[in-house]
Amino acid sequence: MPFLRVDGLAKRFGAAAAVDGVSLAIERGEVLALLGPSGSGKTTTLRLLAGFETPDAGQVIVDDLDVTRAPPVTRRFGMVFQHYALFPHLDVRGNVGFGLESVDVTGAELERRVAAALELVDLAGFERRRIAQLSGGQQQRVALARALAPEPRVLLLDEPLSNLDPALRERTRRELHDLIHRIGITTVLVTHEQEEAFDLGDRVAVLRSGRLEQVGTPDELYGAPANPFVAGFVGRASTMEGMVVAVLEGGTRVLAEGIEWGVPADAGVQKGLVPGQPVRVLLRPEALWMAQPQPGTLGAVVEARRFAGATSLFLVRTDGGTLLEVSGAGRPVAVGHRVGLVPSRRAGGGIHLFPVEP
Amino acid sequence: MAAAGVRATRPGRLVAAVLLLALGWLVVYPLGLVLLESVHSAGTWTAAYLRQFAARSSEWHALWGSLWISVASVGLAGLVGIPLAVLVTRYEFPGRRLLAGVIALPVVLPPLVGVIAFLFLYGESGFIARAVQSLLALDEAPWRLEGAGAILLVHAYSMYVYFYLFTRAALLSLDGSMLEAAASLGAGRWRTVRRVVFPALRPALAGGALLTFMAALASFSAPYVFGGGFRVMTTQIVSTRLNGETALAMVETVSLTALALLALVIFRGAEREVGGSKGTPPAPVRLASPWLRRGLAALSWSLGAVLLLPHLTLLVVSFVPVGTWTTEAIPPAWTLGNYATLVRDPVRLRPLVNSLWLATTATVASVAISVLAGALIVRRRVPGRRLLEGLLALPWAVPGTVFAIALATAFSVHAPWSGRIILVGTVWILPLAYLVRNLPLTSRATLAGFRALDPSLDEAAASLGAGRWRTLRTVTVPLLRPSLVAGATLAFVTALGDFVTSIVLYTYDTRPISLEILASLRQADVGVAAAYGVVLMAVSALVFALGAGRGGSGIA
Repeated sequence: MPFLRVDGLAKRFGAAAAVDGVSLAIERGEVLALLGPSGSGKTTTLRLLAGFETPDAGQVIVDDLDVTRAPPVTRRFGMVFQHYALFPHLDVRGNVGFGLESVDVTGAELERRVAAALELVDLAGFERRRIAQLSGGQQQRVALARALAPEPRVLLLDEPLSNLDPALRERTRRELHDLIHRIGITTVLVTHEQEEAFDLGDRVAVLRSGRLEQVGTPDELYGAPANPFVAGFVGRASTMEGMVVAVLEGGTRVLAEGIEWGVPADAGVQKGLVPGQPVRVLLRPEALWMAQPQPGTLGAVVEARRFAGATSLFLVRTDGGTLLEVSGAGRPVAVGHRVGLVPSRRAGGGIHLFPVEP
Repeated sequence: MAAAGVRATRPGRLVAAVLLLALGWLVVYPLGLVLLESVHSAGTWTAAYLRQFAARSSEWHALWGSLWISVASVGLAGLVGIPLAVLVTRYEFPGRRLLAGVIALPVVLPPLVGVIAFLFLYGESGFIARAVQSLLALDEAPWRLEGAGAILLVHAYSMYVYFYLFTRAALLSLDGSMLEAAASLGAGRWRTVRRVVFPALRPALAGGALLTFMAALASFSAPYVFGGGFRVMTTQIVSTRLNGETALAMVETVSLTALALLALVIFRGAEREVGGSKGTPPAPVRLASPWLRRGLAALSWSLGAVLLLPHLTLLVVSFVPVGTWTTEAIPPAWTLGNYATLVRDPVRLRPLVNSLWLATTATVASVAISVLAGALIVRRRVPGRRLLEGLLALPWAVPGTVFAIALATAFSVHAPWSGRIILVGTVWILPLAYLVRNLPLTSRATLAGFRALDPSLDEAAASLGAGRWRTLRTVTVPLLRPSLVAGATLAFVTALGDFVTSIVLYTYDTRPISLEILASLRQADVGVAAAYGVVLMAVSALVFALGAGRGGSGIA
């Protein structure tokens, strides 16, 4: 029995559907990341969970209790806002103690629990600081402590790291990850950054235009994307047009750019494909290998080298005119060189087939 | 209990409806009755009063007088206020800070107090006139402070502040890099001013002009005291009503309202905001020539002195025993007696107490209504919120005389079924009138404060289990404090010094300071009148200073 359940949630703003029939089931203590581009409805979904918006249809059920119409005051959901929404006229203690005062915690007990919440986010002794005196990272942690202090049933995080500078973001992400897993609170977070979603979420829900595209662990989303959108949004991928040649026990063979490619059966999504069917072939950068140009390989010219590092990403144009992204580990290939592309040694891993919609 | 969300809830709608009804009853209905009574009499429709109005040349003179005095006031106030703002904002010279501090001083003089200060200073028996007279050995005063010239002098002095404040704010929000960009694109100084600076200032200038025009159109004290034979519509209305020609006074009131609304429509077109820029303002220019610097300093010091003279005059006169000071340059005798009279004589003390409680009551009520309306309009987005906002702002657009006449008309009849009860002559009419006149001041500040407040603060409070009342008390109001204090300060000072509505609606028991000043003046009790003026000035200054201190510390 999931702890937090969302059934067929829908919300329109005027003519536009912000959330369009989203259903989710989240186990107790699980961390779910809502991932999607801007306008995908992820923030609206979070606000529906928090009770700041009332859905046009659907239900929010927590701990077997329908809270769809319950005002936020009674939900006991802790929320960390994108811009933190710390009360600027109160000090750290006033902010963190605010939710405790709502449930009539006072005196020494209040002080103790405020101190405990601050301890949790590594800000022990910060009670008397004014909000304006805190750095961005500290403000984020105070916001977290404030949300956690009243011991909410569910923790909601709206783009929790987007307001931090990149150097701080990575470290804060680790700390946040450790904290929410340590206290084991059921968490829903919203982000448009795939890395953030994959790192923080036990499972990730990919949203597009208010609709749920796929829910799964990061491995499932990357290894077996349900559709070209998920494949393209999660990780990097280039596309070739192709045609199914044969559907075999061990996998599918497909012809694209004049080369026959093998796609193992466990990559999913090729159920129901028949020989002769046109397909879209999605290639992860690591699916291809750059060899010497020779017969049997896919001829291509290196057009650009994206960024240097342990593995550079190369932009190559095939003889058929398609632009592909290929990761080339360590191989010194200069721009303008001719290469021959072959499936990498991972035996067809990172190739996904999707039927072309008529 | 619904949370402080963004949707209208049923109780929210109910409160909004009650508020709309109350404002409709207090603001729109009286004005409507004035309009009605100007064309309706003894149960029938009539154009007789309109014809009567149109046939009298004195009416047209008064209307024309109001119009041209207002236009000329805008011109004069702009001529003083704009250069002052440019001087203080753009140039660095010795005494700049002092000048910036002194410039706002006319604000602490309520209209009538400013007028009597001018009377003591520039009037035919005032300091300056006497000094000139003795200097040139003249037989009589070199001038009479009377007519349009006198009115314009007072207006220029008390209204340039609008232009000054608007222009200074706009200059400070100017992006310095915009000027640098213009220079790098080869624009000379004049072209930069014409093509870059002026367009950026235009909304501010229009705003200053609008405020000045409306203030001048509604101005009553200066024409009342200095007008002599020169009539403007505000004084015309009061005297027509005093003559018992009530219906004609209604027509006059309608004509003045029409003029005010017309001006509002015309100015609103020019006031549209230019897209704001976020940059650092250009640094003040330090003048290279030492002579120019000294010249500016001298100019600013003498200007500061001129601005301060009315205050000083009032102060001096308030310490002079009545009748002792005739022709001497410096008063021969000093006394605290005028102040002692205010405190010891219960009849003299009463107006002070009255004004304080009237202004306090009206301000507190007005702030409370504004907070309620702000929550309904900005946060809950109730249906009818535009109308509500319009009703709150409406009393500002209507001259004070008009409102006073309208309230006097509506609430002097006992007809509960048509929403009219007798309030005129009771204790309630003045606080009610002050309240209505305060609403635009407090609601404008409060609504701006609400709009600047991050709505997720309300949501954060709700998600932390705080109900609507606790959120309002512990989050919203503390964060709104700077706006509330700013609005309340302005409202309190305006109500405290009010003359224009009071003269129509006061009763003996609620007579405010301004009317007592007038009464003292009529009895040639000049020292006491000045003492009242000083008290008003001091309390206004104190309230402004307190407001500035309190409002600023809201958020660190």
